[in-house]
Amino acid sequence: MELFLQQVLSGVANGAIYASVALAIVMIYQAIHHLNFAQGEMAMFSTFIAWQLMQWGMPFWAALPVTVALSFAGGVAIERIVMKPIEHAPVLTHVVVFIALFTILNSAAGFIWDFTIKPFPTPFGTAPVLGNGLLSAHQAGMIAVVLVMLVLLYLFFRYTNTGLAMRAAAANPASARLVGIRVGWTTALGWGMASAIGSVAGMLIAPVVFLEPNMMLTILLYGFAGAVLGGLTSPAGAVLGGFIVGVVENLAGTYIPVVGPELKLPIALVLIVAVLVVKPSGLLGRRTVQRV
Amino acid sequence: MSVNEDIKYDAKLDGILDAATGAGTGKSRSLGSVVTLCLLAVAVVLPFVAQGFVVFQLTMVMVYGIAIMGLNILTGFNGQFSLGHSAFFAIGAYTAAILMESFGVSYVWTLPAAGLTAFVAGFLFGLPALRLEPIYLALATFALAVAMPQFLKLTPFEHWTGGVQGIVILKPDAPFGLPLSQDQWLYLFTLGVGFGLYLAARNIIASRTGRAIQAIRDNPIAARAMGINLSLYKTLTFGVSAFYTGVAGALSAIVVQFVAPDSYTLVLAVAFLVGMVIGGVGWLPGSLIGGAFILFVPNIAEGVSKGLSGAVYGIILLLIIYIAPSGVGGLLHKTADYFARRRK
Repeated sequence: MELFLQQVLSGVANGAIYASVALAIVMIYQAIHHLNFAQGEMAMFSTFIAWQLMQWGMPFWAALPVTVALSFAGGVAIERIVMKPIEHAPVLTHVVVFIALFTILNSAAGFIWDFTIKPFPTPFGTAPVLGNGLLSAHQAGMIAVVLVMLVLLYLFFRYTNTGLAMRAAAANPASARLVGIRVGWTTALGWGMASAIGSVAGMLIAPVVFLEPNMMLTILLYGFAGAVLGGLTSPAGAVLGGFIVGVVENLAGTYIPVVGPELKLPIALVLIVAVLVVKPSGLLGRRTVQRV
Repeated sequence: MSVNEDIKYDAKLDGILDAATGAGTGKSRSLGSVVTLCLLAVAVVLPFVAQGFVVFQLTMVMVYGIAIMGLNILTGFNGQFSLGHSAFFAIGAYTAAILMESFGVSYVWTLPAAGLTAFVAGFLFGLPALRLEPIYLALATFALAVAMPQFLKLTPFEHWTGGVQGIVILKPDAPFGLPLSQDQWLYLFTLGVGFGLYLAARNIIASRTGRAIQAIRDNPIAARAMGINLSLYKTLTFGVSAFYTGVAGALSAIVVQFVAPDSYTLVLAVAFLVGMVIGGVGWLPGSLIGGAFILFVPNIAEGVSKGLSGAVYGIILLLIIYIAPSGVGGLLHKTADYFARRRK
């Protein structure tokens, strides 16, 4: 029982990482209805910017807002410069552009800051909060930040005009344009917000996995899985999905004998696919009905 | 997500096939055949004028081209996504390698065996995939790509797969005492197999079955109303697509003389996808252009800058997408359209 509880809790802690990435993925999905493969690399790049700012002597809490602001601007810039010219191209073309962004950001980060592993400070400390080291202060802080972001996003989409406009633009761009919403800019705003959320996620993750250009690779995969599991239309679902993926992955690694650390990811993915076969729009996603 | 609409947009590319290689009527058909034959003649002469390593590279271009053709049948004509074709490539490669090394089967017979194994795997995988919408199908195939290398490394299979070390194969000599080097022979062998597969794919697409496959892409509900068995055709297409990619995998094992789990990661699956989009989704000859892209462009990028090779690769990719948002095939189509309009 002790082992079980410990594995669940450590799964929840990992889940917080995946949840924060899944949240960023769902954000951009709401704005553009695409899965952005470059999301993880954008977050990684932002984290390097934060690291650089701190290297220049800025304290963590000053570096955080600056990084978030820069990431927001960066996200908007990518949408305006890279995505805008090909907005009418087929979906697969967009996917390829995401892959291009992925390699560019990854290689640029490696070039500027090289591929050595760098420690990243945590703002919460590492003291244990719960039991004998079941949950560290950083992990607790991470979970709290993810939940706060979720609430803020909910309020933003539910109660502000801009949030409403963004939802409308994603749901039906043509009609949204007719009622005076500038669809192009809401898309750019979505990219900016996703990038900003990603930067916060990156700064939370970096103390755990250490900072290096490839740090987001597997995490992004789990984040995708979480987002899809929870339902791509629902930020709350994404967070829930992220936590579930974390727990399932840990439990599979512990209790299924053949599953070593190597097979954790495939097992988690297979379970998720199994869930999707039963419930195709994700756990909390809305079922979309198409007109014939 | 309007995936289907977007693919329909790509479907216009079919027209280029008519314009470029001539599946159309009368004059354009004969013109197309002439173009195809000329290209084929150049392809046959090439290994006798090029250097050994270049011949090897060109062989790999064709191998990748066949794999991308498999993906193209699935995505371009049936509208199903796959990020997992590296897995079918791996299945083909391992089938060939194991048959050759453990059972002493001749390399020629490993190709149908590899294709059939991949076909069965693809068909079975297509069954659960039936229930998934495009984006979830992408995730499921993606899981397949991630799982495959780990699966091949598993200890119980080590006797056959060689575990992490992989399997080394001997390169076959040219048969009947032909005065050809091994590289030249494998080039011609791959060319023959590839061309045969291309003709087969073209005929499938042009047949009644092919029309059913495309009808499912364009409007699944209407297709069902026309009496098309959706489940059967979708899983069959998955199988055929896997067959092509499996044969390509077997060829790659023979040409490279080596298989190892880490050659068949997600990176390869992504490369296939990139190659397909660059060549033109739903335009079969474009697969070869895609194969050339994924083989040569990373090398070119490395040549421009060692440290920033990834960034250079990404920028080249972006530039091509800006010039040709729907691949080289789309660009040809647009150009052909433009001239056709000017003539009027």
